[in-house]
Amino acid sequence: MMSSSFNIYRVGISFVMMCIFYKSAVDSLSELSPQKYFSTLQPGKASLAYFCQADSPRTSIFLEELNEAVKPLQDFGISVAKVNCVKEETSRYCGKEKDLMKVYLFRGNILLREFPTDTLFDVNAIIAHVLFALLFNEVKYITTLEYLQNIENSLKGKANIAFSYVRAIGTPEHRAVMEAAFVYGTTYQFVLTTEIALLESIGTEAIENAHFYFFHCKQVLDLTQQCRRTLMEQPLATLNIHRFIKTMEAPLLTEVAEDPQQVSTVHLQLGLPLVFIVSQQATHEADRRTAEWVAWRLLGKAGVLLLLRDSLEVDIPQHANVVFRRAEEGAPVEFLVLHDTELIISRVEGNTHIEEMQEDEDEDVQSPDMDIQDDEVAETVYRHRKTQLPLELTVELTEETFNATVVASDSIVLFYAGWQAVSMAFLQSYIDLAIKLKGTSTMLLTRVNCADWSDLCTKQNVTEFPVVKMYKEGKHPVSYAGMLGTEDLLKFILLNRISCPVNITSVQEAEEYLSGELYKDLIPYSSMSVLGLFSPNMTTAKEDFTKAGNYLRGCVITGIYSEEDVLILSNKYGATLPALLLARHKEGKVESVPFANSRVQDIVQIVTNALLETFPEITVENLPVYLRLQKPLLILFSDGSINPQYTKAILTLVKEKHLDSLTPCWLNLNFTCSGMETSSSCL
Amino acid sequence: MSLLAAAGLWGPPGLLLTFALHPALCLRPAPTSGPPHRDYCVLGAGPAGLQMAYFLQRAGRDYAVFERAPRPGSFFTRYPRHRKLISINKRHTGKANAEFNLRHDWNSLLSHDPRLLFRHYSSAYFPDAGDMVRYLDDFADRLGLHVLYNTTIAHVTLNKDRQAWNGHYFILTDQRGHAHRCSVLLVATGLSVPNQVDFPGSEYTEGYESVSVDPKDFEGQNVLILGRGNSAFETAENILGVTNFIHMLSRSRVRLSWATHYVGDLRAINNGLLDTYQLKSLDGLLESDLTDLAIVKDREGKFRVTLKFFLEEGNQSADAITLPQDDNDNFAMRVAYDRVIRCLGWNFDFSIFDKSLRLSSGGEFSKKYPLVKASYESKGSRGLFVLGTASHSVDYRKSAGGFIHGFRYTARAVHRLLEHRHHSVAWPSTEHPISQLTSSIVRRINEASGLYQMFGVLADVVLLKENATAFEYLEELPVQMLAQLETITGRRARHGLFVINMEYGRNFSGPDKDVFFHDRSVGHTEDAWQSNFLHPVIYYYRHLPTEQEVRFRPADWALPRPTAIHHIVEDFLTDWTAPVGHILPLRRFLENCLDTDLRSFYAESCFLFALTHQKLPPFCQQGYLRTQGLVGTESLRRHREERRFPQGYATVGRRREDGAPGPEGGPLAPGPPLLQPHDSNKEEL
Repeated sequence: MMSSSFNIYRVGISFVMMCIFYKSAVDSLSELSPQKYFSTLQPGKASLAYFCQADSPRTSIFLEELNEAVKPLQDFGISVAKVNCVKEETSRYCGKEKDLMKVYLFRGNILLREFPTDTLFDVNAIIAHVLFALLFNEVKYITTLEYLQNIENSLKGKANIAFSYVRAIGTPEHRAVMEAAFVYGTTYQFVLTTEIALLESIGTEAIENAHFYFFHCKQVLDLTQQCRRTLMEQPLATLNIHRFIKTMEAPLLTEVAEDPQQVSTVHLQLGLPLVFIVSQQATHEADRRTAEWVAWRLLGKAGVLLLLRDSLEVDIPQHANVVFRRAEEGAPVEFLVLHDTELIISRVEGNTHIEEMQEDEDEDVQSPDMDIQDDEVAETVYRHRKTQLPLELTVELTEETFNATVVASDSIVLFYAGWQAVSMAFLQSYIDLAIKLKGTSTMLLTRVNCADWSDLCTKQNVTEFPVVKMYKEGKHPVSYAGMLGTEDLLKFILLNRISCPVNITSVQEAEEYLSGELYKDLIPYSSMSVLGLFSPNMTTAKEDFTKAGNYLRGCVITGIYSEEDVLILSNKYGATLPALLLARHKEGKVESVPFANSRVQDIVQIVTNALLETFPEITVENLPVYLRLQKPLLILFSDGSINPQYTKAILTLVKEKHLDSLTPCWLNLNFTCSGMETSSSCL
Repeated sequence: MSLLAAAGLWGPPGLLLTFALHPALCLRPAPTSGPPHRDYCVLGAGPAGLQMAYFLQRAGRDYAVFERAPRPGSFFTRYPRHRKLISINKRHTGKANAEFNLRHDWNSLLSHDPRLLFRHYSSAYFPDAGDMVRYLDDFADRLGLHVLYNTTIAHVTLNKDRQAWNGHYFILTDQRGHAHRCSVLLVATGLSVPNQVDFPGSEYTEGYESVSVDPKDFEGQNVLILGRGNSAFETAENILGVTNFIHMLSRSRVRLSWATHYVGDLRAINNGLLDTYQLKSLDGLLESDLTDLAIVKDREGKFRVTLKFFLEEGNQSADAITLPQDDNDNFAMRVAYDRVIRCLGWNFDFSIFDKSLRLSSGGEFSKKYPLVKASYESKGSRGLFVLGTASHSVDYRKSAGGFIHGFRYTARAVHRLLEHRHHSVAWPSTEHPISQLTSSIVRRINEASGLYQMFGVLADVVLLKENATAFEYLEELPVQMLAQLETITGRRARHGLFVINMEYGRNFSGPDKDVFFHDRSVGHTEDAWQSNFLHPVIYYYRHLPTEQEVRFRPADWALPRPTAIHHIVEDFLTDWTAPVGHILPLRRFLENCLDTDLRSFYAESCFLFALTHQKLPPFCQQGYLRTQGLVGTESLRRHREERRFPQGYATVGRRREDGAPGPEGGPLAPGPPLLQPHDSNKEEL
């Protein structure tokens, strides 16, 4: 729509121009007889002739357009003539009828092409077609990608390619390309296509009327490598192409050591800004690489130079790492601190747009992502807001029902706030838990929305959200301090089903306890069972252990045995009383640790340390536990499960105490990072 | 009078008090020689006195309330004359949150007992004053407050004593001549003296306090009412239908509370006269300074309005006095009136206070209100606090401090100040990790009633800990005392602070403002600062402001100029929990002030940060690293992948793009990072 109206406009303009210059232009189109015409043809010179009947009207739309074309064609050294076929001098070029009159292109007196007048529908078409015919070798017309690749391959290391797409032959864009080819055709291989499919296959987005690419093939030495491509972003017009090619010819990156104000390159003359990347001796190599990268990105948009600070006589601000100079004469040199090359690019691109977008400047100042949610929890919860959760699986408590409920039954209470994203994300896990426990647990799952029952939450000492508390047997509520997820909370609830420590009353029961038989269903949630052995009279030690067991509730199973026959067990496991028996179910081993004179804190420490593995697989869940050891992690990255050989090697190293200052561990790249971009970029 | 006798007066609760008094008594010399002593004496058992008594009682303090009437709230037994309270008794809000509901309950006092909410006492939206009396009676009764009824304090004076808390004791003498000695005096006597304007003929006027409330008495009369406050309109409303006409005369134009957002101005419930005036139904409003006027009685016993100036011309007989219409025959008040009613408001009763207390020392409100500081302590004598309606000079015509729904909070603030000053109990606060900052603020702005009612007067304060890793949250601090925060609260404010205040738009309210203009409300976050209706405003100060800065703050500002300010866009539902409209911009503001990242992350993201960054966002540090990470469910995770979170965090990096030189101003990073996708360049750790 836009383009067609644009064309109409152009036609209108040319019509007006034509009327004005009609008189003078008509003089330049020589009218000759056939004989006379052929006698004027010079060897090697191209000539365009329109053969028409002598009695044909002196004016026609075609003649007007042809008149227009005389001057430009003469600039290319092509003469134009109107040949009047008079009766006495018939020529074979003279058609029989009026409508069959044609235009012929000669070089010397050799006929190159004949054109029906309707192909030469306007001045642009005339010039485009004539040049296209003359530059047959210089401009390759192609229709397939394969052909393009062949040309590309054949020119690697030899010459660069100017590739263009135009919507049709004879358009103004086609003329512009042909005019450029007339000038640069010997330097670069021009390739032309009218196939949109071809353009798509080389990855052009937003295909418009015409595109002009520069393929940097000359510097490609390795034939398997692709030629770099630079797209001309300006509209396809003769002057733009000329300017674009000029910048392609200019050196990619220049090193300078003079005042940025004084430097002059072809870019400035072409009205393009200059970007100086400030460098110093120490970082020269790195800066050069950066500058090259920037230069490639800005090719055709700005000149990029590497400014050597060390050998510079003028002062530039200490922190500045980029100097920006606009092409306008007298424009001040800007010294910038930019930490991201993207900023340089956007600065140049923004600067070129600035004239068009002056009014929008105010809005540009505002960060464009002002109202884009960048909190992943809030974002996911918000997206999920319309999903109906089976909230009825948990009991909603209010100020009135709370006390009665937690007194009447053992309850887990989730305190949350309806407007808080983290709360609502966790509420979903909590509901998942309710689904899992449906009908199996003796524990009542309840929740309190603190947005409604603010006072109740304050009374329960809840001032942050979310908080999970367990109210059991009318005892002081226990706050849950584990991961806010279904699995971990499930473990907490299940392990809390038995008292901690659980009282073991016979040797046989103790053996069952240690083998994992006694609480078979809990073993998946507690990799270890802890049994405290005491003589019946060790009251303080027992008390301490009980406190430690209480503290560890929900994280590991603990038991206590202090019958008269405790010696049977202590002898069997080689323990001196009081002792801890640590049964690791995975390995089927029972280890004994004496802990005489240990305090509650120490017992907890012994157990939590025992829970750690020597060469664990690091997961999202256990990383914090190992980080807590305050030792550097030595991580083996594994694509899949760890090779047992490596495990063995590490364990040997650990045994020989080479790794005492480190925490050796391994990480499964396939598993742990799944769902986070790709594994390799994950870390 | 012996102490035992005093204790005996109270009956059973006295025992408890004697017990509490005991240690204090041991320290004081010769307890039997002086008058009975209390740490705290409260004058008046009205709403403010009872509210203060409640807090003192809860804190286990030694106190007594002195009340001249036999029961609490004696003011309400007579006033308002036409019995309809204009304080809102909204029983339904659709919300369960008790604190939020107090925003729309203007009559209840604060207590822990949900039965003591006014909605249990009246179902009327504008309740009867009798219900208030009943309510106050119950309040004192149920909570067992120590009130000495039928005790009229006739005189209050000072007794210097170095050992006293404030360097002096307050000596209260009752009608029987008995003295009471108090360390701290809390005056909650309200405004009890009808305001009288002195002009010739003022003796012909009837006062609001005594005028008949029976409309029959006004049948077919011409009535002139002096004043234009709620009592004037309330009186007019009552007789509007039976009089010939009512003219209302006042010094300045009528102030409508819906235009000024001040509840003390004319409430719509009483403004029937405005309607009949504008519809030319003979009633009318006039503005003139009363002190220029004079009222003369003519031969028929009717009242004529004239100018004081004419009276001074000479000693003329009543009939010969020049009337304005003699010169100016279309003078508005040229008719004769049957009655002139004076409804000119109330003043504080200064008469019982000795001059040495320096309760009034001239100034703007010298006649109406005692002179107090922003902490409600008298400017003249330390240890004397003014509570309730009498303390309204602090926020007169601004906020709600002169009304129950405002002063119930200021009484609590005064109590908190006293707890710290005399009992070393620091201002109550809760401490949280910084990751809870946004939530703490969002919670309060959505439910706090004290902030909502006492906008611009009481404000919440967030005190930051070192390196902004944690913060303390203080509620409802008198905001004009901000500079003295450390001394009055016992909390430290060394690492910057936020102040959370509620405000109306600056140029929105006023007696002559059109508050219904098109585009009056703001919906877009970018325009939040132009919000007109009450909305939260967060001030950030890098340092505690000085007294100078508070005193010389810009005109009409509640607070001195902050380091940074953030308006949360006004909300039609006053529900500021929209994730993108309210919470996100607030979080960004807080992040910018603290130069930190306050976003929340799933455990997986924290895991990733832990392995790739040296420093983790606070949410990960305070949650995940303490094995309290947020795991999230399958479906949430799926949603997350669609958006390809996590994006590089480090908001710090984002901010540096504005050109401020970072620590490394030198060359750009070499090659590799450049090839990464755009947003990962934000990572800067």
